[in-house]
Amino acid sequence: MSDINPMSIALKNCAKTFADGTRALEPLDLSINAGETVVFLGPSGCGKTTTLRIIAGLEEPDAGGQVLFDGQDVTQIPIEQRNVGMVFQSYALFPNMTVAENIGYGLKIRKIPSAQIKTRVGEMLGMMQIEKLANRKIDQLSGGQRQRVALARAIAVRPRALLLDEPLTALDAKLRDTLRLEIDTLLRSLQITAIYVTHDQAEAMALGDRIVVMEHGRVAQIGKPRDIYQKPSTRFVADFIGTMNRLNGAVRNGVFTCRAGDLHWADAPADASEILFRPEDIRVTDSAEASALRGTIAAAFFLGDRTRLFVEVGEKQPLVVESTVRRDFSHGEQVGLSIDPRGIMIL
Amino acid sequence: MQRETRRLILLLLPAGIFFSAFFLIPMAELFLIGGTGKDGWMAYTAIITNKNYFNSLLATMGVAVLTTVVTLIISGISGVFLQRNKFPGNGALVAMLTFPLAFPGVVIGFMVIMLAGRQGLIGQVSNALFDEKIVFAYSLTGLFIGYVYFSIPRTILTVMAAAEKLDPKLEEAARSLGASPWRVVTDVIIPGLKPAFISAGAICFATAVGAFGTAFTLAARINVLPMVIYTEFTLAANIAMAAALSFVLGAATWIVLALARTAAGGTVAAAG
Amino acid sequence: MHKKLLFNLQLGFTLLVCAFLIVPVVLSIMAGLTVNYIVGIESGLTLRWVMEVWNGYRGTIFLSIGISLACLVCTLVLGIPTAYVLARRQSALSRAIEELLVMPVAVPGLATALALIVTYGGLSGFRTSWLFILVGHVLFTLPFMVRSVLAVLMAIDLNTLEEGAASLGASWWRRFRDIVLPNCRAGILAGSLMVVTLSMGEFNMTWLLHTPFTKTLPVGLADAYASLRLEIGSAYTLVFFLMIMPLLLALQAFAQPRINKFVPEDDAQ
Repeated sequence: MSDINPMSIALKNCAKTFADGTRALEPLDLSINAGETVVFLGPSGCGKTTTLRIIAGLEEPDAGGQVLFDGQDVTQIPIEQRNVGMVFQSYALFPNMTVAENIGYGLKIRKIPSAQIKTRVGEMLGMMQIEKLANRKIDQLSGGQRQRVALARAIAVRPRALLLDEPLTALDAKLRDTLRLEIDTLLRSLQITAIYVTHDQAEAMALGDRIVVMEHGRVAQIGKPRDIYQKPSTRFVADFIGTMNRLNGAVRNGVFTCRAGDLHWADAPADASEILFRPEDIRVTDSAEASALRGTIAAAFFLGDRTRLFVEVGEKQPLVVESTVRRDFSHGEQVGLSIDPRGIMIL
Repeated sequence: MQRETRRLILLLLPAGIFFSAFFLIPMAELFLIGGTGKDGWMAYTAIITNKNYFNSLLATMGVAVLTTVVTLIISGISGVFLQRNKFPGNGALVAMLTFPLAFPGVVIGFMVIMLAGRQGLIGQVSNALFDEKIVFAYSLTGLFIGYVYFSIPRTILTVMAAAEKLDPKLEEAARSLGASPWRVVTDVIIPGLKPAFISAGAICFATAVGAFGTAFTLAARINVLPMVIYTEFTLAANIAMAAALSFVLGAATWIVLALARTAAGGTVAAAG
Repeated sequence: MHKKLLFNLQLGFTLLVCAFLIVPVVLSIMAGLTVNYIVGIESGLTLRWVMEVWNGYRGTIFLSIGISLACLVCTLVLGIPTAYVLARRQSALSRAIEELLVMPVAVPGLATALALIVTYGGLSGFRTSWLFILVGHVLFTLPFMVRSVLAVLMAIDLNTLEEGAASLGASWWRRFRDIVLPNCRAGILAGSLMVVTLSMGEFNMTWLLHTPFTKTLPVGLADAYASLRLEIGSAYTLVFFLMIMPLLLALQAFAQPRINKFVPEDDAQ
């Protein structure tokens, strides 16, 4: 189903200051490859939606900023002529039209003959598996159904790129998981350039070929999901993505000494004072006595496939340990800890 | 988006031109004319300095305040009652109470005469019972009744809309803390309805102050400001004074509504 | 038991209030249909007075209807674009515009009419035509149309819908035709009913603005009350009720339904 011609998108020196003086975006340079799915990730107010709207043509960048589609400058072209498909957080489905009319609207604007519109709308309904909703009114649809209609409507016109603004935020958790999979499959089969905005890092990592992590109008890091997860470049990214453990201490002769005990770490840099590592890189050892690192169980949450432990070691925050050991842990229990040195990060 | 702003201004132009030509400019004219009479600009203080005008001001305010208080009490009780109790016939009662919404003041004046005029129903009933005809249509009392009559439909709608938005959980919380039904009314319901009462009361007051039709029908003897303005204009041909008085009246009414709007938040609507 | 008593007291009170409002209406209607009001209903029922009114005041009645319809057209043309602008930009300026629009409603009709007379009274052609009255009516009813349409536009998140349509390539005019207008149909209808009803019943302004050749229904009523038999005045009132009742009923029917459409749960679908 790749009758769509994907395009590359480039942003050059795009900044955005709003009329009331708010600086929503600092000058940004970004290159998006044709057919790639790029996710803008960050907390609210970080500028991700602003960036998306600049690409869409709903906002103009400050003077000097440029938006390029396949190398062509489209900065002065309004959204009506940019031929991008857009999916909104609130779906923006037209209440006065049925599902079929909504999906066919973009085609109607382009003056495509109605027989062809019918065919194309039929294709879209089939692709989204919503054939039986064709003649329903919008207010009779559930959230998930509306989302599918919004996607169908955006894709029906064969846009050069698909822009999605937090499309799953308004849905409940289970539905979000289902739709995330559907969107992923859809984007892959269409091979379309897609820009996806979200504040949910699990969603970002699942869907993105590359992730752009943003904070306060600036790019914090760009990279593949695995790189961002395993090699965060700033504290912000480290904290925002997944859970991060911290230990403070000092290195002497290949041993990192901290409140929890001694960590034998052959490649320890001499000046390391704080180490970071993920919950899956630390485990509970068989017996407390034999371990150089020790802690006290503050809380244990059985999650079915694993147990999440909060271990007090005298630091400000307890350590989070994801344990697959099949036994019960009790509050106040003394445990031994072992950290995999390959997962240690220093910022 | 410059394009967009230009378009919006263009769309606003027809209404803008109409409004400026037929309201803003005339109002300015009115203001200026008010100062051209034999008293000059002192005409604008005449409402306080001139004894007759001042008395009519007091009468107008008095009737308006009384109307507002009585109407709010009536609408408060009935409005909240109808909003919260679903029973067969509820809809019919609401329909009956909001029916007279668009009756002009003249018709209401006429109905007051039907009730309390020389051949009125009340007069006939009292004549039969006490051998004395009670007639009060042609006085401030009659005016008051008329004002209450047309104020009830308007205020009751506002009260009912506000009562609908009251969160029952607040009352449940009060009850769980031990409040008696009466305390729930005074501590939760009435404060919750306060914005509605303020805005409805302001509309009621402003409408009563500026109402003309009812007083006109009940005879020109009634000394309220709109009638005074009217007589100055038509009988005394004292255009300047009429202009000054009506400008003051208009400004005062608008200020009352604006104050109430900021106190209550939301839009208000007054009508003749 | 306490609850029941309270309920009954409130019900009784409400019924009294209803009676206060409805009985005079019934009285007026009856008076217009009795042969002789002073004698009362024993004198018999007749349509004589109603026919007299119809014959004598047909012109007035038609003028009222005509002005109301003209008023409707004007408020649609002036009001819908205004509501659109106010819905698209919610700022201090748009709130100021709303305030401004409401002024002819807040200010006593007398003042508005006087202002019109002192400004345009000299233009005798304008002053003696029904257009003069129309202007007053439009000033008074415009905010109701604007508010009605605005309420609907705000409820549908106009900006996002327009962005959605724009992203699909629709020009502004297309968006206005396909998205904005169809979706404020309910607001337009409610506003229209309100405008026509208010225009039919407007008196405060019209009394000053009218001339013997441009009388509207309420003006005719005032004349009748003052100078004619009670029966004619009542019959005239009856005709007025007959004209305005369908409008009021339509307004009420319109305001009531607040259907909460059932939104099905998401399961496998």
